[in-house]
Amino acid sequence: MSIPFTTQIINLLASILLLIAFAMLSQRRILSLIKLFAWQGLALSASTFVVAYSTAQHHLYYSAALTLLLKVLILPWLLHRLIHKLNVKWDVETLINIPTTMLVGIVLVIFAFNLAAPISQLSESITRGLIGIALASVLLSLLMMITRRKAVPQVVGFLAMENGLFFAATSATHGMPLVVELGIALDVLVGTFIFGIFFFQLRETFDSLDITHMEKLKDD
Amino acid sequence: MTNNASQTLGILFQLCQSLLVVALAPLLTGWVNQCRAWLQNRSGAGLLQPYRTLRKLFHKDAVLAYNASPLFRITPYILFGCMWLAAAIIPIIAIDLPFSPAADVIALVGVFALARVFISLAAMDIGTAFGSLGARREMLVSFLAEPALLMVFFTSSLISHSTQLPHIVGTFAHHEFVLYPSLAFAGLAFVIVLLAENARIPVDNPSTHLELTMIHEAMILEYSARHLALVEWASNLKLLAYISIGIALFVPYGIAEVGNWGVLPLAIAALLVKLALAGAGLALLEALLAKMRIFRAPEFLGTAFLLAVLGLLIHFLLGA
Repeated sequence: MSIPFTTQIINLLASILLLIAFAMLSQRRILSLIKLFAWQGLALSASTFVVAYSTAQHHLYYSAALTLLLKVLILPWLLHRLIHKLNVKWDVETLINIPTTMLVGIVLVIFAFNLAAPISQLSESITRGLIGIALASVLLSLLMMITRRKAVPQVVGFLAMENGLFFAATSATHGMPLVVELGIALDVLVGTFIFGIFFFQLRETFDSLDITHMEKLKDD
Repeated sequence: MTNNASQTLGILFQLCQSLLVVALAPLLTGWVNQCRAWLQNRSGAGLLQPYRTLRKLFHKDAVLAYNASPLFRITPYILFGCMWLAAAIIPIIAIDLPFSPAADVIALVGVFALARVFISLAAMDIGTAFGSLGARREMLVSFLAEPALLMVFFTSSLISHSTQLPHIVGTFAHHEFVLYPSLAFAGLAFVIVLLAENARIPVDNPSTHLELTMIHEAMILEYSARHLALVEWASNLKLLAYISIGIALFVPYGIAEVGNWGVLPLAIAALLVKLALAGAGLALLEALLAKMRIFRAPEFLGTAFLLAVLGLLIHFLLGA
């Protein structure tokens, strides 16, 4: 076959990324959701590493290491601590039932693949099919944020969305400048801290993490 | 002479495979049960227990219900015949067997469906509550599993540009090794279908006679003696056929070609190793998973279908 082996590995990792996005969509437990998020981070880090190796761009090694540190170790650990402190290990509540969500997910994937097709025609790099996958996983994470009722799964969805964007950046354009990547990584970390504080405030005000309570806050 | 000789060779290979498969099928079930026993910290009944059960059943006198129709009597033979035919079509030890062109993958799914229709009809034939309960549940599970299985087949057919199993296997076994992400999805979907279709743990529990949970056992409750033996043997064959399909689609390396006697022992050895690994994996899966509620089964199988569709989509996107 004409496709080099590294590209095959990147394709495989991209598919795993999409698969994990789907698995997160179908997940009923918060703890397994966080575990899946860590696995997605690992797949992302591995794919960044392979891109770095195949294109010999050294700054991508740093971003792979950064992803590994941040998204596989620190963020899941933070989230674990959060749900321990908040004592929220209950099942995730969804607005739409899960099979329907999965069907909507499939439609989103087809939509994303079609949307990305003309964009990838412009690209000459061999990894152009990956834009569609990255777009699909961003949309799936967005779907997860929309369909979940509780705050913690929504935040995991947000972080997973960032994973998809990061994957699009590394695979399609071989990465952003290191400064940008560092900035994003810091943003995500700080964002998680802020979300943590937000969770506590939410619980203190409403005695629950159900964000539908926030609708009461508006003036009529 | 060459044409005639190659035909004879093909038939010899076919015979070899068919006999081997029938002889091996109970052993595979015994191996899976033994692995499961080990994982559950029991000593187990031994690898040869299914053979002993079959012998015992064949020596008993058959008892039939008063109102049993001829359909009830012939179903075990049809079942056994269907599974044996399926196992003859699948390239298990060699490709390009003379039986292989008889059916492509779609017809193969049809052969399984034929067996399923007959066992369900036979289950309802006597008119006991359990029989029709099992038949309905079986239909519920299989109408969801079948499209997923077809999608899995379509993914590999798209890659190899053929729906003929020997051609698919040939493409994967003899070309340069390529990673196919779409096949990874198809593989996952296939494992789910295999668990559901062979009445394995998350969907059905093969070792229980607890009325609320059984599917397969509920259907064959009325059978006894040689009929039951044939039904059991057919389900052993079905498990072997499914695992062989899995091997043929995803890890066909080491398969022999018709007429190549030298490679045959190697192919059989490779097959045995793969079957042993697959059986142990199946036992491990069963030990790790818990039986799910029957109403969760549609969701579980829906996941298989979605995975297979995703595999197809990814094939179109990445071309791999």
